[in-house]
Amino acid sequence: MSIKAENLTYIYGAGTALEQYALKNVSFEIPDGQFVGLIGHTGSGKSTLIQHLNGLIKPAGGTIYYDGTDIYSEGYNLRELRSKVGLVFQYPEHQLFEVDVFSDVCYGPKNLGLNNEEVKERAREALRQVGLKEKYWEQSPFELSGGQKRRVAIAGVLAMNPKVLILDEPTAGLDPKGRDEILEEIRELHRKRGMSIILVSHSMEDMARYADRLMVMNHGEKVFDGTPREVFKHYRELESIGLAAPQVTYIVHELREQGVLLDDGITTVEEAREAILKLLGL
Amino acid sequence: MIRDITLGQYYPVDSVLHRMDPRTKLFGTMVFIISLFLADHIAAYGVATAFLVLAIKMSRVPFKFMVRGLKAVLFILLISVSFNLFLTDGQVLIRLGFLRITREGLRMSCFMGLRLIYLVIGSSIMTLTTTPNQLTDGMEKSLGFLKAVKVPVHEISMMMSIALRFIPILVEETDKIMKAQMARGADFESGNLIQKAKSMVPLLVPLFISAFRRATDLAMAMEARCYRGGEGRTKMKPLRYNRRDYGAYIFYGAYLAAIAGIRLLV
Repeated sequence: MSIKAENLTYIYGAGTALEQYALKNVSFEIPDGQFVGLIGHTGSGKSTLIQHLNGLIKPAGGTIYYDGTDIYSEGYNLRELRSKVGLVFQYPEHQLFEVDVFSDVCYGPKNLGLNNEEVKERAREALRQVGLKEKYWEQSPFELSGGQKRRVAIAGVLAMNPKVLILDEPTAGLDPKGRDEILEEIRELHRKRGMSIILVSHSMEDMARYADRLMVMNHGEKVFDGTPREVFKHYRELESIGLAAPQVTYIVHELREQGVLLDDGITTVEEAREAILKLLGL
Repeated sequence: MIRDITLGQYYPVDSVLHRMDPRTKLFGTMVFIISLFLADHIAAYGVATAFLVLAIKMSRVPFKFMVRGLKAVLFILLISVSFNLFLTDGQVLIRLGFLRITREGLRMSCFMGLRLIYLVIGSSIMTLTTTPNQLTDGMEKSLGFLKAVKVPVHEISMMMSIALRFIPILVEETDKIMKAQMARGADFESGNLIQKAKSMVPLLVPLFISAFRRATDLAMAMEARCYRGGEGRTKMKPLRYNRRDYGAYIFYGAYLAAIAGIRLLV
């Protein structure tokens, strides 16, 4: 159960004056159960990349293998793939349409051709997993708050029981509490169901905290790929492409320059606290 | 697929047509449309073709952009051509069962097809070389005389330009919504007509909602900048005719005279 991209290339507006490479020779492999963070500046090709992973768009060159099978080969069942590789788009407004939350979440499993009971069971399970209280289930999805809408959108994809869950900036526009809750729920899904997660985000702090592996995109190319510790060591290069490392990384580096013997791979506040306390002998 | 609609999509290059006063282009498009309905002879279509080719060359917009707009009207085109082809009385050329093709029908359907194609290409040239803002300006100014009979010219042109401006946005939005629903297993292609219509609901509901949201947001933004209609509103760049615009008008006159002449004399 892995997703493998091989020399993926995508061109926007092919054959027009506005031709532009959105992806250039991107290759990687994501094994089962990994929590991958995908970062990059706006327009770096992140969104284009994730839309390839479930076959929504066709690359100009290269291909994707899911479980060793080329998803763009003739006769490959893309609809089945999309139930295994769930993709949640950035704006829940783009997918909510039903009269109430519960039937909206039923839409995905219904499309899989399951029977009524199974559909409802899946929807209930998914809604519980995203932590949406039952009192909301009969409400119109349009009356909910931003955070709740996001939850419904995620549940709508979860109800299809995907093996891989891709989330495009699931925390954009949420307040700090809402985003922590959503991210915690995603982490739960990762731990309990062993799902692979691919999370697109702009928050380096979140990435350092949740991701096992970071992929950094710039101008359609993959520039870094490694653990957050490794990637954030390149904080100067990250800055040159309009990104940054978590703030605590900067403090650690400053301290190191002042002669404090801290590990340069520290990426979270908790790690820094531990290390400093240890140094102080407390 | 859905991105192929070119109407209302400006193509940014610098050309004589791009720099021309929008009123001149509007008038030219109108002249062209009228001429298409006047033309009923091959020679007239020849003149119209020459006019169109000249405009295409002057616009410096790649031809395939204009053709793209044709895909949207392909269905109407086929229907009107086949209606004319099979349902016109006259001298029978070919008989296919109960269908028959007449000489007059063939002529009519060819002209009808050309007329529609030219109509779409002609108006595409205008929208490809004129920004929606210029277009509104031009329309407002040239129809200004209607204000005297209490026609809300400014309001209408404002609505028009907003509508034009929103086409590409909504197209893009539709694309996104389609993808989001396809990610949830939606299928927009297979099934019979009723199933297809049903499968549109998950697409149309979010699209309508987003259109309404955008509309209220825009209204709010306009009010926040004290918009209250055209009354007393001044322009930073008022429209002014140039030498090339006068030249164009003379050219239009000659063109229309040629078409009318062919109709009257031949």
